[in-house]
Amino acid sequence: MNARPGRGRVVAPLLIVAASLAGLAGVLAIAGYDPVLALGALWRGSLGSFDAFASGTLVRATPLILIALGFALALRGGMLNIGAEGQFLAGAMAAAWLGVHLAGWPSLLAIPATWVVAFAAGLIWVVVPVVLRVRYGVLEVISTLLLNFVAEALVSFMVQGPLQERSGIYPQSDPIADAARLPLLPGTRLHLGIVLAILLAAALWFYFSRTLGGFRLLAVGTGPRAAAITGRIDVTRTAALALLVSGGIAGLAGAAEVGGVAYALYPNLSPGYGFTAIAVALLARLHPGAIIVTGVLFGALETGAGAMQRDAGIPAVIVYVVEAVIILALLLADARRTARSPAVAGAA
Amino acid sequence: MTDGIELLAGFLAAAVRVATPLLLAATGETISERGGVINLGIEGSMLAGALAAAIGSSAGGPWSGLAAALIAGATLAAVFALVSVHAGADQIIAGTAITLGAVGLTGAVYRAYYGTAGAGLSIPTLAPVEVPVLAEIPLLGAALFAQPLTTYFAVALVPATWWYLFRTRGGLALRAAGESADGARAAGVRVRATRTLAVVAGGALAGLAGATLVLAQVGTFSERMTAGRGFIAIAIVVLGRWHPGGVLVAALFFGAATALQFVFQASGTAVPYQLFLMLPYVLALLGLAGAVGRVRAPRDLGRPERAS
Repeated sequence: MNARPGRGRVVAPLLIVAASLAGLAGVLAIAGYDPVLALGALWRGSLGSFDAFASGTLVRATPLILIALGFALALRGGMLNIGAEGQFLAGAMAAAWLGVHLAGWPSLLAIPATWVVAFAAGLIWVVVPVVLRVRYGVLEVISTLLLNFVAEALVSFMVQGPLQERSGIYPQSDPIADAARLPLLPGTRLHLGIVLAILLAAALWFYFSRTLGGFRLLAVGTGPRAAAITGRIDVTRTAALALLVSGGIAGLAGAAEVGGVAYALYPNLSPGYGFTAIAVALLARLHPGAIIVTGVLFGALETGAGAMQRDAGIPAVIVYVVEAVIILALLLADARRTARSPAVAGAA
Repeated sequence: MTDGIELLAGFLAAAVRVATPLLLAATGETISERGGVINLGIEGSMLAGALAAAIGSSAGGPWSGLAAALIAGATLAAVFALVSVHAGADQIIAGTAITLGAVGLTGAVYRAYYGTAGAGLSIPTLAPVEVPVLAEIPLLGAALFAQPLTTYFAVALVPATWWYLFRTRGGLALRAAGESADGARAAGVRVRATRTLAVVAGGALAGLAGATLVLAQVGTFSERMTAGRGFIAIAIVVLGRWHPGGVLVAALFFGAATALQFVFQASGTAVPYQLFLMLPYVLALLGLAGAVGRVRAPRDLGRPERAS
C-alpha cells in the first residue's frame, strides 16, 4: 500500500472510477432513469462551472481531504481509524462552543483558537480507543465505530441542552461570532479551510517522505515486529501517536466545517464524511498529494449527486454505493497484485 | 406496588424484544469469526435486511419479509466474502465498504419506492405468539413466552449453533479454519469454501436481525435505522467469548441496557434521553475493556488465507 506510485498504481484507480461511473449510468438506465440527464446534472453540478467547482466541489472536498489525510497518517502506522465521524463531531462541538464566545476578537486570533480546541477535541475523542488498544488490546476499529454513535448522541444533547441557541426552540447552537468565521474567496462560498487542507497535505508529504519520523511510522505500519527488533522504535508509542493525531485532524475538519460552512452546531452536520474519506485515502494510495486530487474527485461526485437529485430525481445517497464499489474494486485490484501482509489484523 | 411489577414485567419484555436482533446478528458473527473472518459488513446486511423485510412484508406479508431479508443479508455477505475471503483483501476495509454501500443502496431504494419524504410506512408485522399457560406466569411470562416467533428462533439457534460448532465435523473444520488456516488446509479442510459459507450464513442471520427490527420491534423502516446495532453485535461476540451461550447472555444484557430508556421515559425523570441513547455504546466499550485479556480470539481472525 505504500510503494512508490508506478503506472499500474495510477491507472488502476482511474479505470475503477471510470468503470464505476459507467456502472452507475447503466444501473440508472435499468432503473428507468435517463442516464444522460443524470450524468449531465452530475457534471454541471460539480465541475461544469467555476461557481459549481469553487462553491460546491471544493467546499465539499475540504473536510474529505482533511479527514483522509488523518486516515492515511494512522494507516501508515498500521492503525485503522474508521471512527473519524465521531472525531469530526467532537471537533465541531469544540469549535462551535468556543466560536460562539469570540465576539470582538480579532479573526487572526479567533480562527486559530477554534482550530486548536477542535484539534484537541478530536484528539481527546481518540484517547479512549488508544488506551483500550494499548492497555487491553481492544481492536481500535470497533471502539472508534462505537464512539461515533456516542458523539452523535452528545451533539444531540448539546444542541438541546448546554449549547442550544438562545430562544431555545431549534435544536442547534447560536451562530458563531463573525470573528471565528473563515474568510471566503470573494464571490464564492469557498473558505480558508481548503488552504488548511492543502498545507496539511504538503506537511504530511514532507513528513512521510523526508523525515526520520515518517520513516519510523512506515516501519511500524508495515513491519511492527521488525521495527521493534531494531530497538530504536517504540512501536506502540508511534502507532498510538499516529492514531491520536489522525483524530485531531478529523477534529480540525469539524472546525473548518463549522467555521466555513455551517456557522453553528447542529445534528447531521456530517453526511458521512468520515466514511467517504476512507475511499478518498485508499484511492490515493495514502499519498498526501494524491489525496487532494481524490478528495476533489469525491467532493465533485457528492456535490454532483445533489444536482442529480434536484434535476433528475435520483436519490443522492446513491453515491455511497459508487464509493463502496470503488473501494471494493480497489481491494480486488490490489489483492490480485500482492498478497499484502495483514498489518491491521490481529488483536481482539 | 402492582404498578412496579407491571413496569418491571414491561421492562423485561422490552429487554428481550430489543435483544433479539442483537442476538441473531451476534450469533451469525460468531459463526463467521469462529471461521476466522471478522465481518463489519453485518451492519450493512442488517440494514439491507430491514429494508427487504419492509418491502417484502408489504408485498406478501411478514413471512415474505423474513425471506427477503434473509436473501438480502446473505447477498451482501457473499459480496464481502468474494472480496475478503477469495481475494484475501483487508476484512475491516471491505466490511466498512459493504456497510457504506448498504447505506447508499437502502437509502436510494427507499426513496425511489416511497418518495423523498419517506411517508410513514405501515407494514404487516409479526404478532407475539403466546405460549399457553406459561405466558401467564407473573413477571417473566410476557418476557419469555409472549414474543414473536423470531425471538424463539433466535433463542433456539443458540444451542443449535453450539452443537454445530463443538459437536460436528463441519464445526470442527470451521474452527480449525479460524485458528490456523494453514493447519486446517494441511488437514484437508477447504478453508475458503468453509469461510465463505460461514460468512454467508452470518450475513443471512444479520439480514434476519434487520427483519426483526422492522417486523417485531419498530414496525417501519427508516434510513440508517440499524444505528450501529451490527457493530454492537460484534462487540457482543467479544463479550460472549465467541461462544453461543456467552453471546446470549451478552445480548440480553444489551437488550436490558437499551430497554432502560423506556423505563426512565415512562417514569418521567429529568435525565436527558440522549444519555440513554449513549448507554449501549458506552457499556459496549466498558465491556470490551473488561473482557479482553481474559478471552482469546480465534488465532487467525482477520487474516486471509495465503495463496498456496
